[in-house]
Amino acid sequence: METFKGREIFAGKASGELLFSSQPISFYGGVDATNGIVVEKGHPLEGKCISGKVLAFPNGKGSTVGSYVLYRLKKAGKAPAAIVNKEAETIVAVGAIIAEIPMLDKVEFEKLAALDGKSAHVDAAKGELKI
Amino acid sequence: MILDEQDKQMLAGKFGNAAKKSMEILVALGKIYGAEKLVPVTSVQVAGVSYDNLGDAGLEYLAELAKDGRVKVLTTLNPAGMDLENYKVLGIGEDFAKKQKLVIDAFVKMGIIPSCTCTPYFIGNKPKEGEHIAWSESSAVCYANSVLGARTNREGGPSALAAAICGKTPLYGMHLEKNRQAQVAVKVECALSGTEEFGALGKATGEKIGNKIPLFLGIKSASVEELKSLCASIATYGGTSMFHMQGITPCKTSVPKEEIALSKNGISAALSSMNDDTQPDLVALGCPHLSMQEVEKIAGMLKGKKLKVETWLCISRQVLQEAKKKGLVQVIEQSGAKFAADTCMVVAPIKGRFACVASDSAKSCYYSRAKNKFKTKVGSIEKCINCAISGKWD
Repeated sequence: METFKGREIFAGKASGELLFSSQPISFYGGVDATNGIVVEKGHPLEGKCISGKVLAFPNGKGSTVGSYVLYRLKKAGKAPAAIVNKEAETIVAVGAIIAEIPMLDKVEFEKLAALDGKSAHVDAAKGELKI
Repeated sequence: MILDEQDKQMLAGKFGNAAKKSMEILVALGKIYGAEKLVPVTSVQVAGVSYDNLGDAGLEYLAELAKDGRVKVLTTLNPAGMDLENYKVLGIGEDFAKKQKLVIDAFVKMGIIPSCTCTPYFIGNKPKEGEHIAWSESSAVCYANSVLGARTNREGGPSALAAAICGKTPLYGMHLEKNRQAQVAVKVECALSGTEEFGALGKATGEKIGNKIPLFLGIKSASVEELKSLCASIATYGGTSMFHMQGITPCKTSVPKEEIALSKNGISAALSSMNDDTQPDLVALGCPHLSMQEVEKIAGMLKGKKLKVETWLCISRQVLQEAKKKGLVQVIEQSGAKFAADTCMVVAPIKGRFACVASDSAKSCYYSRAKNKFKTKVGSIEKCINCAISGKWD
């Protein structure tokens, strides 16, 4: 098992399969809020479902309405189990807080690419990601 | 980050769930952006009001927050997806109207003034120089920082709302003097006049310097309306939340070493890039919302005329009511032009209804193309109104 240290953005523990994206995600317009499937054309995760995953991506992009999409995904039971960012920004951080999704940032992000699909465990309060 | 006793109590949930959530948001943002503490704000402008943008996700969150969330400072709202009274005339369906009203209800329950305008500074939310505020709506953010000299980061809807509920914002970014200095001098080598030319200036500059803070040199005068147009355009095309204009804007800045020049050709090129080869079937003015002076000017041009092209005048309800008292609304409506209060051509759900929109606004041109897939024409207010009267853009 490999342990990554990061910074807590929203506390909580969660486990799931690691889903890695090298590209930023726009939740507003880029993810279907009813089923958690990435719909942005040409996105590396296009067609993939983020529900229940430990979702690793560099940062959010696009409209600040994206925060509300994370909230809606959570209400629909389709949210990611946890979020890991390279560098958190306002849209995703606010989304994680209002949707109560455990979130970390500032991990050694590039190393996660090779671990895509592996079983991952987040303990955000401890600032830990174990894979 | 240093938190005082009340901040800590909010975080612990002693002031209810909405205050707890809001404080969590402010603390997280403070942590991300390295703020040393929270600072009290005097004014908030909340964006993310149109149901067309919010969807059910946003509506659910706002309704949840409204259960026990109340704002602590003067808080106004951005435009909604429709005219809250006159939506049928503008072709908005009942289903949309119902959801949009629920959004507004949630905001009102929290104590927010349903001003529904992108120009809060025209309706009494006009902070003074040096005040810390938390505004969303990129054009208003730019106006507050640049023209009023108040201090705000470019907030999103949820973070502005969190600031309103806590009465504070994290102290970072544009709240700090050192981050408000000009980074590029922009030498304007030609005379500019009219909202369309100042909009073109914002586009040309924004596309060249991105989100850096410019210092404009060589501009002799600029009206409130021209500055409003520039703010909207430069924030849309470049992303900056502030500019300086020598001799015109109030904040002090050092003169940056980096310098670019903009000639008459640069302005003309920006204008022609916004003009497609199509005749407009909608004339839409008021992006950002019309000032009283603009309403007066338009009324003068429309007196006794009949329009051949559908025409929308986007405006705050408050300015509309003042215009009504002056008899301007009646004059304008007799021409066939319609007022779209509380909303605008950018946030209303009008995709597919028009082919080409004419305006004086570089910002509305951007969203007409990107969001609604319309063709566009951009010219002076006079040119737009003449087009509405004659049926032809020439």
